Amino acid sequence: MITLSGVHKAFGPNRVLRGVDLALPKGQSMVIIGGSGTGKSVLLKCILGLVTPDAGTIELEGQDVTKGDRDAFLARFGMLFQGGALFDSLKVWENVAFRLLRGHQALPKDQARDIAIEKLRRVGLKPTVADQFPAELSGGMQKRVGLARAIAAAPEVIFFDEPTTGLDPIMSGVINTLIREIVVELGVTAMTITHDMSSVRAIADRVAMLHDGLIRWTGPVAEMDAAEDPYLQQFIHGRAEGPIESVR
Amino acid sequence: MIADRPAGVLAMILARIGRPVVATLAAFGRVVLFALDTVRHLVTPPFYWREFGQALMQIGWFSLPVVGLTAFFTGGALALQIYSGGSRFSAEAVVPQIVAIGMARELGPVLGGLMVAARVASSIAAEIGTMKVTEQIDALVTLSTHPMKYLTVPRVLAATLAVPVLVGIGDSIGISGGWLVGITKLDFNSATYLKNTTDFLEVWDVGSGLVKGAVFGFIVALMGCYAGMNSGRGAQGVGAATKSAVVAASVLILAANYLLTGVFFTS
Repeated sequence: MITLSGVHKAFGPNRVLRGVDLALPKGQSMVIIGGSGTGKSVLLKCILGLVTPDAGTIELEGQDVTKGDRDAFLARFGMLFQGGALFDSLKVWENVAFRLLRGHQALPKDQARDIAIEKLRRVGLKPTVADQFPAELSGGMQKRVGLARAIAAAPEVIFFDEPTTGLDPIMSGVINTLIREIVVELGVTAMTITHDMSSVRAIADRVAMLHDGLIRWTGPVAEMDAAEDPYLQQFIHGRAEGPIESVR
Repeated sequence: MIADRPAGVLAMILARIGRPVVATLAAFGRVVLFALDTVRHLVTPPFYWREFGQALMQIGWFSLPVVGLTAFFTGGALALQIYSGGSRFSAEAVVPQIVAIGMARELGPVLGGLMVAARVASSIAAEIGTMKVTEQIDALVTLSTHPMKYLTVPRVLAATLAVPVLVGIGDSIGISGGWLVGITKLDFNSATYLKNTTDFLEVWDVGSGLVKGAVFGFIVALMGCYAGMNSGRGAQGVGAATKSAVVAASVLILAANYLLTGVFFTS
């Protein structure tokens, strides 16, 4: 269970998060939706400790995430970054096995490579990809490698940051399906941020809408369409008219 | 009202001078803190040997051609200048000695440092800046790997160790350049030229240049890493980081050279 209470974050005069309260139950897949610049990525980075909140608390199973052994905390997480964030100088298998090759419980190189190839196969990539460099792969393949890296060390929680951005609809569907399969198969807790509604419907157990630095609506995905919140309705139907101001 | 005007103008002038001074001091302070943080991470595990080896190749081995060519032509030009200048007071014979001392004490380390700054500080800043922009540094953190340990420490240590070696090789090539020009264009006897060089050159002449090289190497990699880690967003941010890394490293090398020369040779 991840619990956020009154999380605030400002960058200079720009108050991005204004008191976010959110609970993500263990083993569930939550998708956070919201327009561009509403602080979805900042929220995710606050949980991971990449950005320090100005106020509020974030707890993982009752433990404050800012306290305790940081490496042990991060070892429980996997993350798929928006652009893949693969290390250019490393081969694909070395990217996937990055965590397995380092730290106190580092595996021998051969064993780490075998696991990396197995994870690549799980996301639909052939073993021949393992010895290529990230720059030699298409955008969709890079996302898959990022996904393989996120699950390589068997994390308890996986974050997906805009997993389908920049992909064609078919590849988006493939990635959404893969994410859903992996979340169910591994029984992990997942948090995805996106503004792609097809991703929301494919991935989510629960949905939370972030608007103006606050959680505007949260509930099961099955109740999303029937919800009466005008902000949520405008967003999920992509209407230009409504309470959310749009720049034209 | 009229009496207030000169005070207002004075305040405005002071503000105009003060703001960049404060900004410069703040930037200097951030660089010093970054350097201290680098040293702290250098002496605490883990140490990434593979990244260190790669940095050693990139900074040391691949800089060898540019440093060697620079030293060779500088040594040759220095021989011509000393011969030409020395002829005004019949001191043409000092060419071997002055080329040797000039290369070992000053031109070898300074030009070597500047060439490495141009080649290495820019590439480190661009590489780390791009990693920052593409969230690779965030990815490192989520994979329980400290960016200072993985990116900065190996590069700074590699540069600190590699640049003195480059300087030593550059000194030899520069002196060889002077020797080649001396025997082919200035009618020096080869054996006499070499004897004068070796007899005159002291260990500390070379040693001081190597120490300078280590300091310059530290500066080059540190500024490259600092600019990269603090890069702005997008291509423009990475471009600005690259430029500031080279400019800052070059200026700091020249300033450090002055200070070190003062410490080493003005007793």
